[in-house]
Amino acid sequence: MKQLTTDVLIVGGGGAGLRSAIAAAEAQPSLSIHLLSKVYPMRSHTVAAEGGAAAVTLQHDSIAAHFEDTVAGSDWLAEQGVVDFFVKHAYQELVQLEHWGCPWSRQASGQVQVRRFGGMKTERTWFAADKTGFHILHTLFQTSLKYPSIHRLDEYFLLDLLVHEQAIVGVLAIEIASGELLQILASSVILATGGAGRVFQFNTNGGIVTGDGMALAYRHGVALRDMEFVQYHPTGLPGSGILITEACRGEGGILLNKDGYRYLQDYGLGPETPLGQPQNKTMELGPRDKLSQAFWHEQQQGRTIQHPQGDVVHLDLRHLGQRYLLERLPFICELAKAYVNIDPVTAPIPIRPAVHYTMGGILTDAHCATSIRGLFAVGECASVGLHGANRLGSNSLSELLVFGKVAGEQAAAHCSQTKVSDAVMQELTDKAAGPIRQLRQGDGTEQWADIRQQLAQTMEQGCGIYRDEQGLTASLLAIADLKRRYQQLKVGDSGLAFNTELLHALELGFSLDVAEAMCQAALLRKESRGAHQRRDANYTKRNDKNFLQHSLAYYQEDQAPRIDWQAVDCSMMPPAARLYGDAAKQQAASTSEKPV
Amino acid sequence: MKQPETKPSDMQHLSVAIQRYRPEQDDTPVWQSYQVPYDDSTSVLDALHWIKEHQDSSLTYRWSCRMAICGSCGVMVDGTPKLGCKTFLRDYPQGLKVAALANFPIEKDLVVDMSRFLQHLTTIKPYLIGEPSLVQAGSASAGSDQPSSAALQPQLQSPEQVKRYQQFANCINCGLCYSACPQFGLNPEFLGPAAIALAHRYNLDSRDQGKAERQPALNSKDGVWSCTFVGFCSTVCPKGVDPAAAINQGKIVSTMDGVIQWFSPKQLDATPQEPTS
Repeated sequence: MKQLTTDVLIVGGGGAGLRSAIAAAEAQPSLSIHLLSKVYPMRSHTVAAEGGAAAVTLQHDSIAAHFEDTVAGSDWLAEQGVVDFFVKHAYQELVQLEHWGCPWSRQASGQVQVRRFGGMKTERTWFAADKTGFHILHTLFQTSLKYPSIHRLDEYFLLDLLVHEQAIVGVLAIEIASGELLQILASSVILATGGAGRVFQFNTNGGIVTGDGMALAYRHGVALRDMEFVQYHPTGLPGSGILITEACRGEGGILLNKDGYRYLQDYGLGPETPLGQPQNKTMELGPRDKLSQAFWHEQQQGRTIQHPQGDVVHLDLRHLGQRYLLERLPFICELAKAYVNIDPVTAPIPIRPAVHYTMGGILTDAHCATSIRGLFAVGECASVGLHGANRLGSNSLSELLVFGKVAGEQAAAHCSQTKVSDAVMQELTDKAAGPIRQLRQGDGTEQWADIRQQLAQTMEQGCGIYRDEQGLTASLLAIADLKRRYQQLKVGDSGLAFNTELLHALELGFSLDVAEAMCQAALLRKESRGAHQRRDANYTKRNDKNFLQHSLAYYQEDQAPRIDWQAVDCSMMPPAARLYGDAAKQQAASTSEKPV
Repeated sequence: MKQPETKPSDMQHLSVAIQRYRPEQDDTPVWQSYQVPYDDSTSVLDALHWIKEHQDSSLTYRWSCRMAICGSCGVMVDGTPKLGCKTFLRDYPQGLKVAALANFPIEKDLVVDMSRFLQHLTTIKPYLIGEPSLVQAGSASAGSDQPSSAALQPQLQSPEQVKRYQQFANCINCGLCYSACPQFGLNPEFLGPAAIALAHRYNLDSRDQGKAERQPALNSKDGVWSCTFVGFCSTVCPKGVDPAAAINQGKIVSTMDGVIQWFSPKQLDATPQEPTS
C-alpha cells in the first residue's frame, strides 16, 4: 500500500472542490494541497450545469430581494444567516471568476449580461451562453494549474474516511489505474463529492453522481440533513433525462400540454403572460418544484403527450427565432437535435421532469465544518443550509464558489501536525479496507447491475414527485432487502487494473445508504413543503407547527436511520405563504415593501 | 441508462465488435463481438452499458454525463474518433467496431492513458496571466448595497472580443483530435491540437497579457511547427472548436515572433518552460 501525507486533502474535482483548492492555496501558499477525484476534474458533473449563476448585479436589484427569493423558494427551510452570507458574497465570487477568465456573456457595452431565472424576482443570473457550468469548471480547473501547491490525484476513488477520536486523520483511496490502495494522512479533509441523483431511475445526472461522500460521512456518524428534498427539474428529455436548461424559459420558452394550453396558469402561477414577454416569478418562471408538480397533475388528468419514451409536455421556443436561439441556447439546439431529433427553431421539444439535485446532504455549520474535527463538506454533497426544501435555479453554481472559498480557507486554517500512532493508523486503515476486501473476495450470486436497477425503480415509485406512507414504506422494505442482497454481491471482474465493476459495486453501496436516508426522512416528514409533497390525507399542506424543522438522518447499522429534528434559523424573515404569479403581487401590495 | 419501452428481446439487434485489452491477461488487444438490442435512440455508450450489464461485466470504458459535455467517452468507431454518447447505432446498419482512442497507450479495453494530454494542457499555461484591469464596469454592476471597490468589478469585454476566442474555449478535452492527429501519433511530445487551441484561446482574450509566456512552448519544435496541417483534428471535433485554425493562426503569430526576435533578441526568452506539474 502506498502512503502520502498532505496538509489539506480535497475529495472531488468539481466546482466546489476546485474552488476550495484554490482558496486553500491562496490562503497559505506553503501548505501542501491534494485534490483527489474519481474522474479527471473536467469530467465532474458541474460541467453539465447550463443556465447560470446568481448574484445581485443590476442597480434596481438588491441583496434583500435575492435573500427573500431564496428563503421563499426554500419554503422557509433555509438557514437565513447562511442565505444572508451567500447573497452578500455571490457577486464578488462571480467577478473573481471573471478575473480568472470565465467567458461570461456580455452586453454590447462590454458589461456582463444577466438573464431571468425561475423564482427570482429580478434578472440576476450570470451566464456563459447555455454552458455556464462547463465554463466555470474549465476556468477553475485551468486556473488551478497556476498553483504549484495544488497536487492532483486524478482517477483515485475514495474508499473511506479515517476518523480517530472524532477527528479526521486521513482517508483510504484506491488508484483506479492500478487497483493499488493509497493511505493519505491529512488533518483537514474537504468532501466535495457532489449529489446522489443517480439513485433515481430518471435523472439529469452523470453516472458519477452516486452519493459517495454523503454515505461515508454518514457512516461515520455525521448527520445527513433534509435528505427528503430531492429536486425534480421540470425539463429533462424523455428517455435519457438529459437536462434542458431553465434558461429556455428565462429567455421566453413556454410549456404546453397536449391541447397546446399553457397549463401552468392552473397551478397558482398565472395569469398567462404574453408570448415573448416572460415575467419573473410567473408562469414558466415559477420555481422548479411547482412546475414539476404541475406536470404530475397534468399526467394524472391525461393531458400530457404520448412519446415513444413516455409521457411528455412540450417546451416551445420557436417564437424566439433561430438567431436568438443560436446565440443564447446553442447547446440546447445541439442536444435536442442529437437526442430527440428536434430542431427547436421549427418544433417544440418534448420534455418531462427528471431528478436533478439533492437539496440535502452532509450537515455542516455556516463555515462548512462537520461534526468530525477537520472534516469539511461543500457543494451538492453538503447541507450548509442554503436551499431548504427547494433550490432556486442558478443558486447552486454560486454556492459552490462562495462556500468553496469558505471551505478552502477553513480547512487551511485548521491544518495541524496531528500525530496518530502507526498502530492506530494501521487499525483504521484495515477497517476502511474491509468493504473492498469483501467485494474482491465475495463469492455470492448477486449482480451489481440488478440491484442498482431495482434501487432506481423503487426510488422512482415510492419517493418521487408525490409520496405517501404506503409507497415510502414499500421502498424502505425494498431497500432493506437490496442491502441484504448487496452482501451477496459477486464482482465478475477479478482484475486489479481499472476495475470499474468493483467501483460501481462500491458506489452502489453508497447509494443504498443515501437512498434509505431519503426515504426514511420523507416518511417521517408528515407535511408537504417545497419538493417534498405528501398525498396522504392531513399531510398535503405545509405544517409549520410541527415541521418547520430540518430532518437529521443518523446512520444505524442494519436498520433504517434514526431521524432527529433541528430548529431552522428564521431570524430575519418569518414564515409566510409561498406565492407566485399574481398571487405574489397581491401579497406584496398588501404588505408594505421592506427597506433594503 | 435508458429504458427502452420495448423489451430487448423484441428489439432489433446489431453486431458490435469491441477491442478488448485486459492488461493482466492479454498480451495484445483482441476483438470480441456482441449482439446488442437497439432502437433509434441507442447510442454507442448505451450499447456499452448494455453489454456491461447483461453480457460481460468486465467491459471497461469511461463515461459520465451522457450529453457530450464531460468529454469522458471518446472511442474509435469504425476507425474514426467519436464520443460514444453522441454516436448512434442507427447510423451503422451493418454493425460497428469500437476500439480505444488511437495514439494513446491503452490501459484497459476502451480506457486510454490521458496523462500526456494533461501534461500538454498544463505546459501552455491555460489561465489568464497579468493583473485584471481595474477599469470600472460602470453603471450596470451591482445593486446599491454591493461593495464598490474597483478590484471587485468585472473587466469590460465586448461581445466581439468574446467572439474572438469563444470557439476555442469550447473544447471539452475529450482527446478525439489527438487520436485524429498523425503527428501526435508519431511524436507524443507534440503539444497537439487541443493544447494549442487552448493557448490560442488565452492569447486571443482581451483580458490576457500572457502571450510572451506561452509563446516559447508554442514556438518550440514540439509546438505549432510540428503540425503538418492534415486538418483531421477539426473534422472529428464534436464541439466545432476547429483546432486546425488555431494552430494555423498560431503559426502566423510564431512567425511574427521570429521577426521581432531578429531585431530585439532579448525581448523574448525562447527557453521552453518546464511543465509545472
